[in-house]
Amino acid sequence: MKKILIALTFLLFGTYASADCNIKSGSINILANDFPALRTLVETASECKGKADFKVTHSAEHNKIAVPALTANPSEFSVRVAANSSIVPLMNADLIRPMNDLVKKYGKGIQDSQLITIDGKVMAVAFMANTQHLYVRTDVLKENGISIPKTYEEVVAASEKIRAAGKMKYPYAAAYKAGWNLAEEFVNMYIGHGGEFFQAGSAKPNINNAKGVATLNMLKKLADLSNPDYLTHDSEAIKVEWESGNVAIMTLWASRSGTLLDDDGDAKITAATKLVAPATVGGGNIPAATLWWDGFTLAKNRSDADAEASFRAMAHAASSKEMVAKAADQAVWLVEGFVPGPKSVGVIEAVKMGAKPYPMLPQMGLMHGALGSEIVEFLQGNESAEQALKDVEAAYMTKAKEQGFL
Amino acid sequence: MPNRSFFWFFLPAGLAMILFIGLPIISTGIQSFYAQHDQILVEVKKCDPFGCKVSVVVDQEATSKIKDEKPLGKFNGFGTYIDRNHLAVDQVSEFWGESKSIGDFINKVGNLPFYKALVFTLTYCVFVTPCVLLLGFIIALSLNAISRKIRGPLIFGTILPMIVTPLVGSLVLFWMIDAEGIIGANLQMLMNDPYLSLKSSKTLMWITIIIYGVWHHSPFAFVVFYAALQTVPQEPLEASIIDGASRFQRVKHIVLPHIYPVVTFVALISLMDNFRVFEPIIGFSAEGSAQSLSWLIYDNLVNEEVILFGSAAATSIMTIIGISIILAPVLIRTWREFKTNR
Repeated sequence: MKKILIALTFLLFGTYASADCNIKSGSINILANDFPALRTLVETASECKGKADFKVTHSAEHNKIAVPALTANPSEFSVRVAANSSIVPLMNADLIRPMNDLVKKYGKGIQDSQLITIDGKVMAVAFMANTQHLYVRTDVLKENGISIPKTYEEVVAASEKIRAAGKMKYPYAAAYKAGWNLAEEFVNMYIGHGGEFFQAGSAKPNINNAKGVATLNMLKKLADLSNPDYLTHDSEAIKVEWESGNVAIMTLWASRSGTLLDDDGDAKITAATKLVAPATVGGGNIPAATLWWDGFTLAKNRSDADAEASFRAMAHAASSKEMVAKAADQAVWLVEGFVPGPKSVGVIEAVKMGAKPYPMLPQMGLMHGALGSEIVEFLQGNESAEQALKDVEAAYMTKAKEQGFL
Repeated sequence: MPNRSFFWFFLPAGLAMILFIGLPIISTGIQSFYAQHDQILVEVKKCDPFGCKVSVVVDQEATSKIKDEKPLGKFNGFGTYIDRNHLAVDQVSEFWGESKSIGDFINKVGNLPFYKALVFTLTYCVFVTPCVLLLGFIIALSLNAISRKIRGPLIFGTILPMIVTPLVGSLVLFWMIDAEGIIGANLQMLMNDPYLSLKSSKTLMWITIIIYGVWHHSPFAFVVFYAALQTVPQEPLEASIIDGASRFQRVKHIVLPHIYPVVTFVALISLMDNFRVFEPIIGFSAEGSAQSLSWLIYDNLVNEEVILFGSAAATSIMTIIGISIILAPVLIRTWREFKTNR
């Protein structure tokens, strides 16, 4: 009897929770990256699916699927959860729809600061911010008398000291996997040096300069202090390294802190892990990090009814005070009512220090791709920094010409 | 079989081949001659949670107008084929002029993406194919010689590498050669070098991929050779034993000539497979050290947020041409033999 009562209460509560959206028809199909905050968001969205058909694909390979899946007509997904970089190919190919009218009609709880507008058109609604910042092991630093590093030069010195003390063989870690991850580290470090990727007012590359060389040299110094397999390590791999206690200082996404600091793994390491501000580099005052937002976009090649149903479900999640209260340590939510906790330190500090957002330029994807493959040989020690940067520029120019940017 | 019935017999398969292989290749070929239209960029105000900024976007209205007129893109002729990311004609001739020695020239050319991939692909073919043939043949001979009772389980064990999905097989090895995996850690101890990494050293990564290739492909050669060995007639073998021929002589003068057509067949298939080497590069996350032609196509299509159809199509076409060139000697030889046999 008691069980039935509990079940009934849940049932009532359930219907109550989903009643506020009142979606009567349509179908919702979401494509999103795979990390805890996004799972929470999508679950919250599904609470108010009503009578709509609800499907979701969480995949780390989301970037590879997005453009082809949204090009199809009707497209496979009605919602694509994107970030500053991944929204660009969608806009370049005209695959997402403006949602000003939907925001006006159903976006009551959404704050103006959440709207991503291009020329006044709302192309995405952001719900969380992200960046890469430093994670440190306070116990190891204390043991070796090192204060928390504020610059990458200090990170190098601290790591060398820890290595010299015989404490750890590879005290530093960052996602240096050849390809997207490695390129992202270059982007961070180059921006930290105050570099610009393109010549003003054109799509011509502008990285083969002193700042580029300094960036590469810093990356190489850090790589030498990392596990020798660094070229195959993505965010997930370095998280595992951290949890096994092999690493004392790490550059990692803020959004990964949730699973890093959960109850799995060694409690001692978890207790000693501290999230701190991103580091600066080369005497610069802005952090060597980029700011990111994650938000949802609506597919263009989908019926208006589906877009409406999708927007209402996603808007429910992107304005849910309950969700941000419940999942406060999973992300830095941009939603109203979010109270930042200790895990938001990285992003908040980055914003305070004036970190730049990842460049949302149509040709940036090509530059990112060229960086990911062409700087590998420099890190392996087979090429000079100047040659590597020259290769990046040449590879980028060829691709940009083929794509019609030059 | 009379020609007429052969035609009807072959028709369904032929149609399917034209539809699913022929037409896509033709379409790829056409695509390789086109590039994207010039992008029309406009300056607009972009706002996000971190502030507003004036920056450029692609002008969709103007672009869609051009795209409707010419959906294939801008005709580029052989432009994509000869650009830096493919045959790099300009760069190669420039290097030729400025290089002091042949070694310097080869180094510079080897730094261009297409040639880099070509060098790895050819190296892989040159090492893996003969090793697969040899190893497959030796295993087939040995298994053929042992007692029938244990042959069944042994054959199953031998073809296991082929049954294992390539990606899974390479992932298993990938974890074993990790700096903390069983092979990686032992190698570091053996060499007394804590910074030794199979995954970051180019040479070691190549060797690992080649060994993996041999491991993965040998069972195929073995199965075919083993089947062929069952057809070797016993009489000449017995006669040669009476004549006092050694085991090696018997294999060389009787077994090998008998199964020779099968060897050609396996060599052909093996070469073709190896030229398209791809899975181990993904499985080993070896993109940094080893790139093959197939990997270049994959990279152009999925690795970047902007899909480069023209580039991928041009590399595909050149891969097809490459396979035809590699196979030509074997094919010509087989054709000649076929004619003389008639």
